[in-house]
Amino acid sequence: MVEADVRVEIAGLRLRNPLVLAAGVLGVTGFSLRRVAEAGAGAVVTKSIGPKPREGYANPTLLETSCGFLNAMGLPNPGANEFGNEIKYAKEAGVPVIASIFGASKQEFAHVGSLMEKAGADALELNVSCPHAEVSDFGQSPDLTYGIVEAVKKSVDIPVFVKLTPNVTDIVTIARKAEDAGADALTCVNTLKAMAIDIETGRPILANKVGGLSGPAIKPVAVRCVYEVSKAVNIPVIGCGGITHWEDAVEFMLAGASAVQIGSAIALRGLDIFKDITEGIRAYLERKGYGSVKEIVGLSHKY
Amino acid sequence: MSAYPTSIDKPRIVKIEEAKAETPTVKTFTFHDKACSGAPPGQFLMVWIPGVDEIPMSLSMASPAGLSAITVKKVGEASEALYNLKRGDVIGVRGPYGRGFTLASGNLLMAGGGTGMACLMLLAEKLAKPTNKVTCIIGAKTRSELLFLERMKRIFPEVVTTTDDGSYGLKGLATDAMKQALAKQKFNMVYTCGPEIMMFKAFQLAEQSNVPIQASLERIMRCSIGLCGSCMIGEFRVCIDGPVLTSQELRRVKEEFGAYKRDFTGRKTKI
Repeated sequence: MVEADVRVEIAGLRLRNPLVLAAGVLGVTGFSLRRVAEAGAGAVVTKSIGPKPREGYANPTLLETSCGFLNAMGLPNPGANEFGNEIKYAKEAGVPVIASIFGASKQEFAHVGSLMEKAGADALELNVSCPHAEVSDFGQSPDLTYGIVEAVKKSVDIPVFVKLTPNVTDIVTIARKAEDAGADALTCVNTLKAMAIDIETGRPILANKVGGLSGPAIKPVAVRCVYEVSKAVNIPVIGCGGITHWEDAVEFMLAGASAVQIGSAIALRGLDIFKDITEGIRAYLERKGYGSVKEIVGLSHKY
Repeated sequence: MSAYPTSIDKPRIVKIEEAKAETPTVKTFTFHDKACSGAPPGQFLMVWIPGVDEIPMSLSMASPAGLSAITVKKVGEASEALYNLKRGDVIGVRGPYGRGFTLASGNLLMAGGGTGMACLMLLAEKLAKPTNKVTCIIGAKTRSELLFLERMKRIFPEVVTTTDDGSYGLKGLATDAMKQALAKQKFNMVYTCGPEIMMFKAFQLAEQSNVPIQASLERIMRCSIGLCGSCMIGEFRVCIDGPVLTSQELRRVKEEFGAYKRDFTGRKTKI
């Protein structure tokens, strides 16, 4: 039997498999991005980079909850000027490097985006949706999202992805606005706004009190978002939220995702997860008689 | 390991049973925590000082019954807040995390500087066997800061001390004493924990003498479970690939080891 083809193409980026390292995970240094690429990821997304160096919040910045992680790192990053070298190093692994960026205004987004393009980023992912930083509520407004995407698209030639927040009444409205503004793909979804309180001391555990929930706990929410958004837009959707096993990846693709991102599950399954899930997808395709992973994208829409 | 969490990894609130002054700037805090019982030497906890911060701390005691301890020097805001806690106060702990020391046998050398002695103290108790010969070097700035000198002397006959100001033992650094020891004897393993400059020197000396070394490193920690990437040195995540790195691993990061680390923003800063 011919081996099933797991390669995908997203907005012109060629990925050897549909598994992408999610933003915020092992994305601070070129070394760590390269290690994830060497472990088998089809592409990697950097830690979110802003215009200036930023220390982030005090600890605790992460804790585990039932079936998920809660984090409020506070967007620590070395700033766009410093980060260029890390991108150059990460690119030596030979897989697309997608720069996650943020800013306090559309001008800042455009500025950081063009610096990342100069440094060699293959695409941008606009973080308009971090649920716990003061620069992050843009993604809850259709108009602000439109303005940021439009400004970045004018300043760069590489593809622009937009990472959407699930913390909205109607994600489809925002998705359509991002598409209208010229987005090349949409990542669904960022973490869900959440918190945890220690019952012995009565204190919120995260130093920032509120953070973002990731991991298996949010997977059904993310699948629903991918399903709704991919039915409403004509650009590729990248699924993200709790993907831990190959079955999760297949489910997201059936819901309409052309690729999927993996983050929290690395803590549960280690870096081998990229190879394991790729093999799991391949075996599924062969068992079901598909020649390419592209054939299953959005298959659930027909029901 | 289940792919889904079976026990939830969040701070466990423990009460401080004892706060013991070790030196004028160092205290040991003892508490009961089942999850730490029998932890291998070199593992660390994330210690939450509610309302202040959460910082990585090596275990300096981990009894089979769960009596555990951390040894703290007041250096920054968080460690000073921790240092000032008293018996009956509470802290949160998660972990123990990381890959600790591998136990070797034969003729062994331990070289610790400052509070680096904390994890070496736990290691010393595991290495104390009739079949091992252990030489322990304790370095400090001055006599009053020599940590665990009495405890070490009770375990090993060979304890060498160095002080920067010459107020006790040899005048100089722990690595000066290490150089002398390596010249006189053939060791099977060197263990080190302390300021990174000292550990880097210890690594160089061990390499020159063809003796394997294990060094316990320190980097900025946030998640401590291998996700956030704050603690990278080269390709390694100090939180789960370390904190103890072997000679072979240290050779792979020799451009960074002893030279620079990442600050809270992720920028490179000189050590």
